[in-house]
Formats: sequence, structure tokens, C-alpha cells
Amino acid sequence: MSEYIIEAIKNGVIETLIMTFFSSLIAYIIGLPLGVILYSTSGGRLLANRPVNVLLGTLINIMRSLPFLILLVLLIPFTRFVTGSSIGTVASIVPLTVGTIPIVARMVESSLEEVQPGIIEAAESMGASPLYIIVHFILPEATPSLLHGAAINVATVLGYSAMAGVIGGGGLGAIALQYGYYRYQKDVLWTTVALLVILVMIIQESGGLIAKRTRKI
Amino acid sequence: MANVYDLQNVSKVYRNEGKEFTALRDVSLSISEGEIFGIIGMSGAGKSTLVRTLNRLEDVTGGTVRFYDKDLALLSQRELRKVRHSISMIFQSFNLLGQRTVIQNVEQPLRIAGIPKAQRYKKALEMLEIVGLTDKQNVYPARLSGGQRQRVAIARALASDPKVLLCDEATSALDPKITGEILDLLKKINEERKLTIVIITHEMSVVEKICDRVAIIDEGNLAEIGEVREVFRNPKSAAAKKLVFPSNPFEASDPSRNLIRIVFDGLASERPFIADMVEQTGKKVNILSANTRSVGGIGYGQMVLELPESAADQDIIIDFFVKNGLSVSEVN
Repeated sequence: MSEYIIEAIKNGVIETLIMTFFSSLIAYIIGLPLGVILYSTSGGRLLANRPVNVLLGTLINIMRSLPFLILLVLLIPFTRFVTGSSIGTVASIVPLTVGTIPIVARMVESSLEEVQPGIIEAAESMGASPLYIIVHFILPEATPSLLHGAAINVATVLGYSAMAGVIGGGGLGAIALQYGYYRYQKDVLWTTVALLVILVMIIQESGGLIAKRTRKI
Repeated sequence: MANVYDLQNVSKVYRNEGKEFTALRDVSLSISEGEIFGIIGMSGAGKSTLVRTLNRLEDVTGGTVRFYDKDLALLSQRELRKVRHSISMIFQSFNLLGQRTVIQNVEQPLRIAGIPKAQRYKKALEMLEIVGLTDKQNVYPARLSGGQRQRVAIARALASDPKVLLCDEATSALDPKITGEILDLLKKINEERKLTIVIITHEMSVVEKICDRVAIIDEGNLAEIGEVREVFRNPKSAAAKKLVFPSNPFEASDPSRNLIRIVFDGLASERPFIADMVEQTGKKVNILSANTRSVGGIGYGQMVLELPESAADQDIIIDFFVKNGLSVSEVN
């Protein structure tokens, strides 16, 4: 491999990490509240509200059923509107975030559902308001499970970020595609694949470890 | 004494997909200040629903629940939350926050009430002292035994200085020895803090041990209510008899024979009643079940006896027990 390519791979790793980090971060800033709303508005819960729950659930299901590659293409005008460009690392963050939000929301919802109903009942009997119960009872109890979900989500975003290479996004995916696939440089292809595998493993394992550390049960 | 609770014709009907299920039917009762009030029934009888109407975790579908003359159903959500600060509750499954330490758990109701941090901590420590767990303040609940967890839950329940403590099957997940310790603790709190306690249970032994009065709930109805001694000595309703009579006596040797139940209630425990009876009357009985204990030299409990065939003999035996101050009732 030429020095030029090694340099490109190094940049690719950094770009991939930037894309993954910011996409996950923004996806959680939006997806976590959505997950909380999904959970708390469902039947029999604290803020049971069927219209809101059905509407949000349907929207999320539609977004989740779109293949990510299609979403990438569909979102090009939106991406251009937000970032001023539709190619490059920063531009990729937009579709990555949009694609991750529904996954985060569902993951958060399922983590919260694991919280024992008895704990919520105890909180209600103490005279806590619904918002207080969510913030001080449900979220803390679900934290280990939320962290576990986050590790899976971040690893998924990393995988998606490689796909962004197809429409001109940066990162390891773009390198694998340009040098490895179009120019038949098998060594570049396999190197990037190996790096992606290693990154996913690091994220998954360290996430799992943090989740385990926080679990007091 | 003032009444903590006044329930009038309380009903609760669940509607689910067109089907109706009546959990409570026209229950009326009062709970007065400072007493330990038991609510007992078989599982599914509606007692858990009943206790949840006392802090409006369940809304009633008929009748009124008054807490110090305040109709709970008329309160706004905000007012209800405020009232709940003075109605604490403990549960069968303890319901502590697993991700928070013991002291943080105990501080929780104070935090909800908006009490400053330093004061909260001081108060929580005080509560842990009452339940004897000061040394465990920084431990997570997962490290505690069931009995210790319930003690933490009790400390948490007391922290907000409630007027009444509701116990929903609070000892049902614990073994008999720990159950006894928790009940002793509740009794102590009742006496020292003059705290009204409502205990939901399916075990007669819990009621016998600490309750002053008891209500028996059967299929959503209030079957019987009264002083525990009176209900134990002379249960009137079928549901009460079922709960009070020993659940697993030996089978009678001859199904046609008469069975009687004698109740020891505050008699000298050193007196050997059965031996005296045999010696003085010369008649024999077969003991099918005995559940007696001595509390401070005084005998409590009951025996189920199979009587001899002849009616004359039976009369002599029953006569002997009655003369000696035992209450005798026929079983079936």
C-alpha cells in the first residue's frame, strides 16, 4: 500500500469516528425523548394517550422500514438544505442521524418497559408527578439497559456510516468503495473491513462493560 | 378518636372489552386513628384493590373514600399528590430502586416533597436508625436480604412523617421468623409514633399477631368486621371460618363423628386442659389439629377435636370445656 493510501485510511478512521459520534449523539438527543414519549403514552402507562402513541409509533415504523441506502438518497435535498452540501463527512451526519433516531426511540422504549411496574406504583404512592417518576425513577432504573442498547446503536451507526460512502460520504466506507471496489485494490478493501470490525468490537465491548459496571442489581 | 378513613359503599368494577368484573361491592368501614387495622382475604378477594382505593392508586367506581373527612375522588391530581405524602405504602416486592443506595432510597419521598439536601440526609439517617440499618446506608438493595429490604422500605415510608401506613402483603415474601421481626417493628412504630397502620394479608397469623381490628373480604364483599379476638373466638361468616379454622387438620377417623373447635384465648397456659378433661370425665377425644402458643404465660390458639360417638359423652366433654372458660364451636 502506498503512503498516500495509508494516509487516506488514517483520515478515514477519524472521519468514521466523527460521523459515528455526532450522528449517535444527535440521534440520542432526539430519540431518547421520543422513546420516553412512546413508552409513557402507551396504554396503562403514566401519560397514556392513544392518538399520540399511535401517530408516533406509525411514523417510527415507517422510518424504520425504509432501507438505509434508500433513506440516504431520499434525504439528499434535506441534507443540502441543512449543511449546504450533500457530500462529505459533515453531510453524511444528517442521513445517519435521521436513520438512527427511530432505532434509538424503539430501543429506549424497550429498555424502559423492563422497569418493574411496582417501582412506578411506589413512586405514585409517594406523591411523585409523572415527570418526576420518569426522570427520577424510570430512567435511573433503566440506565444499565439503556447503556447496553446504546452500545448496539453506536455499532449500528458505524456500520451505516460505511454505507454513506456510496453517495459521497467520507470515512472508511468511501475508501473501501473507491480504492478497494472500483480499483480492485483488495488489500485496501480488506484493511478497511478489518478496521471496521475492530471499531465495532471496541464499541460493543466497552459499551457492554460500562453497562455492566453501572448495574447494581 | 378521629377516623382516619371512612369508606361508604365503595365499589370497583373493571371493564375490559365489554366484560365486567366486580372487584369490590358496597364495602363500608371506618379506620380510626392509632389502630392497626387488618384486611384479610383469599387471593383474588379484592383486598389489594381495596387498599389501593385508600391512596387512590385505584379510582372507585361507586361510593366514597374519605381520608380525614376529605373525599379522595374530589381531589385534583396536584392535591392528591400532596395528600399522598401523608399516606405511605409498603409492598410485597419492596419496590426499592435497585440503582440507588439505601440512603438515597430513603431520601426519595423527602426529595419529592422538595426538602433541602442536608435536611433530607439527616431525616433519612434518623429513619434508618429506627429500622436498625444505619450501617447499610451506602449499600445497594441487591446486597440486602428480603427482611432488610422491607426494613429499608419501612424507613422510606416513615420518612415523610405519614399519618397512615398501608402494608400490601408486606410480609408475604418473607419467612416466618423474619415476618415476626417485621411485625414486631411495625407494632413498635405504631406504639411509639401513634401511627395508624392498615395491613393487607392472606395470613391469619399476621392479623392475630398485631392487628386490633380486622375486616374479612370475600369475593369483593365485606364478609365480617370486628375486634380480632372476637372474630378469632367466634367467626360468623363462612369466609371468616375458613380463614380462622386450621387449614390442614387430620382427617377424622370416622366422617360421621362430631368435630369441635376449642379456642384458648388468654387462659393460663400451664394448665393441661385435655389431660384434666380425660382425668375428670373419663372421656377421650382425638386431637386432629392444635395450634397453640404461650405469650407471656398466657395461652392462645385453638384445637380441633374429634368427639366420641355417644351424644351423652359429647355433652359431658363440651360441658367441661365451657365450664373452664374455653369457647367451643362445632365444626360443620
